Amino acid sequence: MAVLFYIFAAVAVVAALSVVAQRMPVHSALSLIVVLCSLAVVYLLLGAEFIAVIQVIVYAGAIMVLFVFVIMLLNAGRETPSHRSRMAHWLGAPLVAALLLEVLFAIWKQFPAGATHAAPAMDAGPAAIGHLLFRNYVLPFEVTSILILVAILGAVVLAKKEL
Amino acid sequence: MVPLSHVLALSVTLFVIGAAGFVFRKNIITVFMCIEIMLNAVNLAFIGFSRYLGNLDGQLFAFFVIVVAAAEAAVGLAIIIALYRNRESLNIEDLDSMKL
Repeated sequence: MAVLFYIFAAVAVVAALSVVAQRMPVHSALSLIVVLCSLAVVYLLLGAEFIAVIQVIVYAGAIMVLFVFVIMLLNAGRETPSHRSRMAHWLGAPLVAALLLEVLFAIWKQFPAGATHAAPAMDAGPAAIGHLLFRNYVLPFEVTSILILVAILGAVVLAKKEL
Repeated sequence: MVPLSHVLALSVTLFVIGAAGFVFRKNIITVFMCIEIMLNAVNLAFIGFSRYLGNLDGQLFAFFVIVVAAAEAAVGLAIIIALYRNRESLNIEDLDSMKL
Protein backbone atom coordinates (compact mmCIF):
# COMPACT_ATOMS: atom_id res chain seq x y z
CA MET A 1 0.00 0.00 0.00
CA ALA A 2 2.72 2.45 1.01
CA VAL A 3 4.71 1.64 -2.14
CA LEU A 4 1.68 2.44 -4.31
CA PHE A 5 1.31 5.79 -2.55
CA TYR A 6 4.89 6.79 -3.33
CA ILE A 7 4.64 5.58 -6.94
CA PHE A 8 1.48 7.57 -7.62
CA ALA A 9 2.77 10.57 -5.66
CA ALA A 10 5.80 10.62 -7.97
CA VAL A 11 3.55 10.29 -11.03
CA ALA A 12 1.40 13.19 -9.79
CA VAL A 13 4.39 15.47 -9.18
CA VAL A 14 6.02 14.67 -12.55
CA ALA A 15 2.73 15.19 -14.40
CA ALA A 16 2.13 18.46 -12.53
CA LEU A 17 5.58 19.66 -13.58
CA SER A 18 4.66 18.65 -17.11
CA VAL A 19 1.46 20.75 -16.91
CA VAL A 20 3.59 23.78 -16.08
CA ALA A 21 6.41 23.01 -18.51
CA GLN A 22 4.47 22.13 -21.68
CA ARG A 23 4.14 24.86 -24.27
CA MET A 24 0.99 23.48 -25.90
CA PRO A 25 -2.21 23.88 -23.84
CA VAL A 26 -3.50 20.50 -25.07
CA HIS A 27 -0.42 18.76 -23.69
CA SER A 28 -0.90 20.59 -20.40
CA ALA A 29 -4.51 19.42 -20.28
CA LEU A 30 -3.55 15.79 -20.91
CA SER A 31 -0.88 16.00 -18.19
CA LEU A 32 -3.48 17.46 -15.85
CA ILE A 33 -5.67 14.39 -16.46
CA VAL A 34 -2.74 12.21 -15.36
CA VAL A 35 -2.38 14.33 -12.19
CA LEU A 36 -6.08 13.99 -11.40
CA CYS A 37 -6.18 10.23 -11.98
CA SER A 38 -3.07 9.55 -9.89
CA LEU A 39 -4.53 11.73 -7.13
CA ALA A 40 -7.69 9.61 -7.33
CA VAL A 41 -5.55 6.54 -6.63
CA VAL A 42 -3.94 8.35 -3.68
CA TYR A 43 -7.41 9.15 -2.32
CA LEU A 44 -8.31 5.48 -2.67
CA LEU A 45 -5.22 4.52 -0.68
CA LEU A 46 -6.19 7.05 1.99
CA GLY A 47 -9.57 5.35 2.37
CA ALA A 48 -11.69 7.94 0.54
CA GLU A 49 -13.40 5.71 -2.02
CA PHE A 50 -16.32 8.03 -2.73
CA ILE A 51 -14.13 11.09 -3.30
CA ALA A 52 -11.80 9.04 -5.51
CA VAL A 53 -14.70 8.04 -7.77
CA ILE A 54 -16.07 11.62 -7.79
CA GLN A 55 -12.60 12.85 -8.67
CA VAL A 56 -12.45 10.62 -11.75
CA ILE A 57 -16.03 11.32 -12.86
CA VAL A 58 -16.31 15.05 -12.19
CA TYR A 59 -12.70 16.24 -12.52
CA ALA A 60 -11.05 13.91 -15.02
CA GLY A 61 -14.36 13.50 -16.82
CA ALA A 62 -16.51 16.60 -16.87
CA ILE A 63 -14.13 19.46 -16.05
CA MET A 64 -11.31 18.25 -18.28
CA VAL A 65 -13.70 17.68 -21.19
CA LEU A 66 -14.71 21.32 -20.74
CA PHE A 67 -11.05 22.40 -20.78
CA VAL A 68 -10.16 20.36 -23.86
CA PHE A 69 -13.32 21.58 -25.58
CA VAL A 70 -12.40 25.23 -24.98
CA ILE A 71 -8.79 24.63 -26.09
CA MET A 72 -10.08 23.11 -29.34
CA LEU A 73 -12.74 25.80 -29.79
CA LEU A 74 -10.29 28.68 -29.38
CA ASN A 75 -7.62 26.82 -31.36
CA ALA A 76 -5.09 27.56 -28.63
CA GLY A 77 -1.68 26.90 -30.08
CA ARG A 78 1.88 27.13 -28.87
CA GLU A 79 2.45 29.82 -26.27
CA THR A 80 4.50 32.67 -27.71
CA PRO A 81 7.31 33.75 -25.40
CA SER A 82 7.00 37.42 -24.59
CA HIS A 83 9.67 39.62 -23.14
CA ARG A 84 7.54 42.42 -21.88
CA SER A 85 8.25 41.85 -18.21
CA ARG A 86 10.79 39.51 -16.66
CA MET A 87 9.68 40.40 -13.17
CA ALA A 88 7.76 37.14 -12.69
CA HIS A 89 10.86 35.10 -13.50
CA TRP A 90 13.24 37.12 -11.36
CA LEU A 91 10.99 37.44 -8.37
CA GLY A 92 8.72 34.42 -8.77
CA ALA A 93 11.24 31.57 -8.66
CA PRO A 94 12.85 32.53 -5.32
CA LEU A 95 9.45 33.24 -3.79
CA VAL A 96 8.04 29.89 -4.92
CA ALA A 97 11.12 28.03 -3.65
CA ALA A 98 10.89 29.89 -0.34
CA LEU A 99 7.20 28.95 0.00
CA LEU A 100 7.96 25.27 -0.64
CA LEU A 101 10.85 25.15 1.84
CA GLU A 102 8.95 27.10 4.47
CA VAL A 103 5.89 24.85 4.48
CA LEU A 104 7.95 21.66 4.25
CA PHE A 105 9.95 22.88 7.25
CA ALA A 106 6.73 23.60 9.15
CA ILE A 107 5.41 20.10 8.38
CA TRP A 108 8.71 18.57 9.40
CA LYS A 109 8.67 20.48 12.70
CA GLN A 110 5.04 19.64 13.39
CA PHE A 111 5.21 15.95 12.48
CA PRO A 112 8.60 14.44 13.35
CA ALA A 113 9.57 11.43 11.22
CA GLY A 114 7.87 8.20 12.14
CA ALA A 115 4.98 9.78 14.03
CA THR A 116 2.19 7.82 12.38
CA HIS A 117 -0.91 8.21 14.46
CA ALA A 118 -3.49 7.06 11.96
CA ALA A 119 -7.02 6.56 13.19
CA PRO A 120 -8.54 3.14 12.54
CA ALA A 121 -9.99 2.78 9.06
CA MET A 122 -13.52 4.16 8.89
CA ASP A 123 -16.49 3.57 6.64
CA ALA A 124 -16.25 6.19 3.90
CA GLY A 125 -18.73 4.71 1.45
CA PRO A 126 -21.55 6.66 -0.22
CA ALA A 127 -23.96 5.76 2.60
CA ALA A 128 -21.77 7.25 5.33
CA ILE A 129 -21.00 10.34 3.23
CA GLY A 130 -24.68 10.75 2.40
CA HIS A 131 -25.75 10.53 6.03
CA LEU A 132 -23.24 13.19 7.01
CA LEU A 133 -24.10 15.36 4.00
CA PHE A 134 -27.84 15.39 4.63
CA ARG A 135 -27.64 15.67 8.42
CA ASN A 136 -24.77 17.98 9.34
CA TYR A 137 -24.19 19.72 6.02
CA VAL A 138 -27.67 20.32 4.62
CA LEU A 139 -27.32 24.11 4.52
CA PRO A 140 -23.96 24.09 2.65
CA PHE A 141 -25.46 21.52 0.28
CA GLU A 142 -28.43 23.76 -0.52
CA VAL A 143 -26.22 26.83 -0.86
CA THR A 144 -24.05 24.86 -3.28
CA SER A 145 -27.08 24.11 -5.42
CA ILE A 146 -27.82 27.85 -5.65
CA LEU A 147 -24.16 28.44 -6.53
CA ILE A 148 -24.37 25.95 -9.37
CA LEU A 149 -27.58 27.58 -10.63
CA VAL A 150 -25.86 30.98 -10.65
CA ALA A 151 -22.83 29.44 -12.38
CA ILE A 152 -25.03 27.97 -15.13
CA LEU A 153 -26.71 31.33 -15.72
CA GLY A 154 -23.37 33.13 -15.64
CA ALA A 155 -21.76 30.74 -18.10
CA VAL A 156 -24.68 31.04 -20.51
CA VAL A 157 -24.73 34.85 -20.34
CA LEU A 158 -20.94 35.18 -20.64
CA ALA A 159 -20.62 32.83 -23.60
CA LYS A 160 -23.45 34.53 -25.51
CA LYS A 161 -22.67 35.92 -28.94
CA GLU A 162 -22.82 39.59 -27.96
CA LEU A 163 -21.82 40.52 -24.43
CA MET B 1 0.74 3.07 6.43
CA VAL B 2 2.06 6.33 4.98
CA PRO B 3 2.85 9.00 7.60
CA LEU B 4 0.64 12.09 7.48
CA SER B 5 3.69 14.28 6.93
CA HIS B 6 4.35 12.58 3.58
CA VAL B 7 0.77 13.18 2.42
CA LEU B 8 1.08 16.83 3.42
CA ALA B 9 4.47 17.08 1.69
CA LEU B 10 2.91 15.81 -1.55
CA SER B 11 0.07 18.29 -1.10
CA VAL B 12 2.45 21.21 -0.59
CA THR B 13 4.62 20.17 -3.53
CA LEU B 14 1.61 20.09 -5.85
CA PHE B 15 0.36 23.41 -4.50
CA VAL B 16 3.72 25.08 -5.08
CA ILE B 17 3.97 23.65 -8.61
CA GLY B 18 0.52 25.11 -9.30
CA ALA B 19 1.52 28.46 -7.82
CA ALA B 20 4.71 28.49 -9.91
CA GLY B 21 2.71 27.81 -13.06
CA PHE B 22 0.29 30.58 -12.10
CA VAL B 23 3.20 33.02 -11.89
CA PHE B 24 5.24 31.88 -14.89
CA ARG B 25 2.78 30.90 -17.59
CA LYS B 26 1.33 33.40 -20.06
CA ASN B 27 -1.50 31.37 -21.60
CA ILE B 28 -4.73 32.04 -19.72
CA ILE B 29 -5.98 28.46 -20.13
CA THR B 30 -2.76 27.03 -18.68
CA VAL B 31 -2.99 29.49 -15.79
CA PHE B 32 -6.50 28.21 -15.18
CA MET B 33 -5.26 24.61 -15.15
CA CYS B 34 -2.64 25.58 -12.55
CA ILE B 35 -5.48 26.81 -10.33
CA GLU B 36 -7.06 23.36 -10.66
CA ILE B 37 -3.78 21.76 -9.53
CA MET B 38 -3.76 24.02 -6.47
CA LEU B 39 -7.39 23.11 -5.64
CA ASN B 40 -6.49 19.44 -5.89
CA ALA B 41 -3.50 19.90 -3.60
CA VAL B 42 -5.82 21.40 -0.97
CA ASN B 43 -8.23 18.51 -1.46
CA LEU B 44 -5.40 16.07 -0.82
CA ALA B 45 -4.60 17.82 2.47
CA PHE B 46 -8.29 17.65 3.47
CA ILE B 47 -8.47 13.92 2.76
CA GLY B 48 -5.15 13.21 4.45
CA PHE B 49 -6.29 14.94 7.64
CA SER B 50 -9.67 13.21 7.40
CA ARG B 51 -7.91 9.84 7.32
CA TYR B 52 -5.52 10.56 10.15
CA LEU B 53 -7.99 12.24 12.47
CA GLY B 54 -10.64 9.58 11.83
CA ASN B 55 -13.17 12.25 10.90
CA LEU B 56 -15.33 12.09 7.78
CA ASP B 57 -15.92 15.86 7.63
CA GLY B 58 -12.67 16.38 5.70
CA GLN B 59 -14.01 14.28 2.84
CA LEU B 60 -17.20 16.36 2.80
CA PHE B 61 -15.10 19.50 2.44
CA ALA B 62 -13.16 17.90 -0.42
CA PHE B 63 -16.51 17.09 -2.00
CA PHE B 64 -17.67 20.71 -1.73
CA VAL B 65 -14.35 21.91 -3.14
CA ILE B 66 -14.85 19.65 -6.18
CA VAL B 67 -18.38 21.00 -6.70
CA VAL B 68 -17.23 24.61 -6.43
CA ALA B 69 -14.31 23.85 -8.77
CA ALA B 70 -16.79 22.54 -11.34
CA ALA B 71 -18.85 25.74 -11.13
CA GLU B 72 -15.67 27.82 -11.25
CA ALA B 73 -14.44 25.97 -14.34
CA ALA B 74 -17.72 26.56 -16.16
CA VAL B 75 -17.78 30.30 -15.41
CA GLY B 76 -14.03 30.75 -15.91
CA LEU B 77 -14.00 29.07 -19.30
CA ALA B 78 -17.02 31.15 -20.35
CA ILE B 79 -15.07 34.28 -19.35
CA ILE B 80 -12.08 33.04 -21.38
CA ILE B 81 -14.32 32.56 -24.43
CA ALA B 82 -15.79 36.05 -23.99
CA LEU B 83 -12.28 37.54 -23.62
CA TYR B 84 -11.01 35.74 -26.68
CA ARG B 85 -13.97 36.99 -28.69
CA ASN B 86 -13.19 40.59 -27.71
CA ARG B 87 -9.38 40.51 -27.73
CA GLU B 88 -8.46 37.70 -30.17
CA SER B 89 -5.74 36.67 -27.74
CA LEU B 90 -5.17 34.17 -24.96
CA ASN B 91 -2.03 35.86 -23.65
CA ILE B 92 -2.59 37.33 -20.20
CA GLU B 93 -0.21 40.19 -20.99
CA ASP B 94 -2.69 41.46 -23.55
CA LEU B 95 -5.43 41.64 -20.93
CA ASP B 96 -4.23 44.75 -19.16
CA SER B 97 -7.11 47.20 -19.61
CA MET B 98 -7.55 47.45 -15.82
CA LYS B 99 -3.93 48.49 -15.41
CA LEU B 100 -3.37 52.11 -14.44
